[in-house]
Amino acid sequence: MRDCRPILLLEDDTVDAMTVKRALKDLNVLNQLVRVTNGEEALVYLKDDSKEKPCVILLDLNMPKMNGIEFLKVAKADEKLKRIPAIVLTTSKDDQDRLKTFQLSIAGFVVKPVDYVKFVEAMRIVNLYWTLSELPNSEQESTNEKLQANTAGGR
Amino acid sequence: MSLLKPILLVEDDFVDASTAKQALQDLRVRNPVIHKTDGEEALEYLRDQNNDKPAMILLDLNMPRISGIELLQIMKTDAELQHIPVVALTVSKYEQDKLDTFDLGVAGYVIKAVDYDAFLRAMDIIIQYWACNGLVEKGRETNNARL
Repeated sequence: MRDCRPILLLEDDTVDAMTVKRALKDLNVLNQLVRVTNGEEALVYLKDDSKEKPCVILLDLNMPKMNGIEFLKVAKADEKLKRIPAIVLTTSKDDQDRLKTFQLSIAGFVVKPVDYVKFVEAMRIVNLYWTLSELPNSEQESTNEKLQANTAGGR
Repeated sequence: MSLLKPILLVEDDFVDASTAKQALQDLRVRNPVIHKTDGEEALEYLRDQNNDKPAMILLDLNMPRISGIELLQIMKTDAELQHIPVVALTVSKYEQDKLDTFDLGVAGYVIKAVDYDAFLRAMDIIIQYWACNGLVEKGRETNNARL
């Protein structure tokens, strides 16, 4: 990845989470991988100011308690969280899932290959792309936030 | 007739647009490429029901009339357009531009390399990523020594 902030992984399946961890290790990706098992846990992590915000979020869609789409609805409506690129990593080939998540401004929808070698290749491309692409600083204020702060100050 | 959705390139600079088109050709991208020169033209294209919605958009930021950021703002409030992934392709290194575009849900922010070989390598990564997303298709392996 472009910087050394952690990668947040939302994955309820332990075997799948281990596969992601192993693939990143095989690709020499040094970012810490923080794994949570559903959307609710992810929001707890993301809203905890003592935790470093991730550079990117990798998420599965089918999870208990709060699934990937429900999580995206909350995260993408949150001024502090919406700028973090979220990439769906799923076995779902459902066109509706793809459309709904792209409407929620995800930054990628990668269908997980079952074969490990192919999966590593997909992760290699994901890592290359997010090393090439700039990433937003999560602490800085956007123009929108600055405007809101100015308006509030004027009252 | 191609079933592949087009890639929409929004770029006001004629030379930069030619370079991007050349790179897509060198990378054997099979999607048709449609070029619009500013946000207003792009929006006209996107809102015309006779046109195929693009698979993805490569967007310059500094353009006359409607800028890249303004186009993103409009697209993200339009139910017909908000699902289209947009990659910013720009010379702007301003932190504020990065934040504002990511806040508007951009799916990548790539600073344009001046050197063509470096630009081609960057475009190759962009194309491989969106191919991995099932939105872009590359033709058969090239023997392009440049890559």
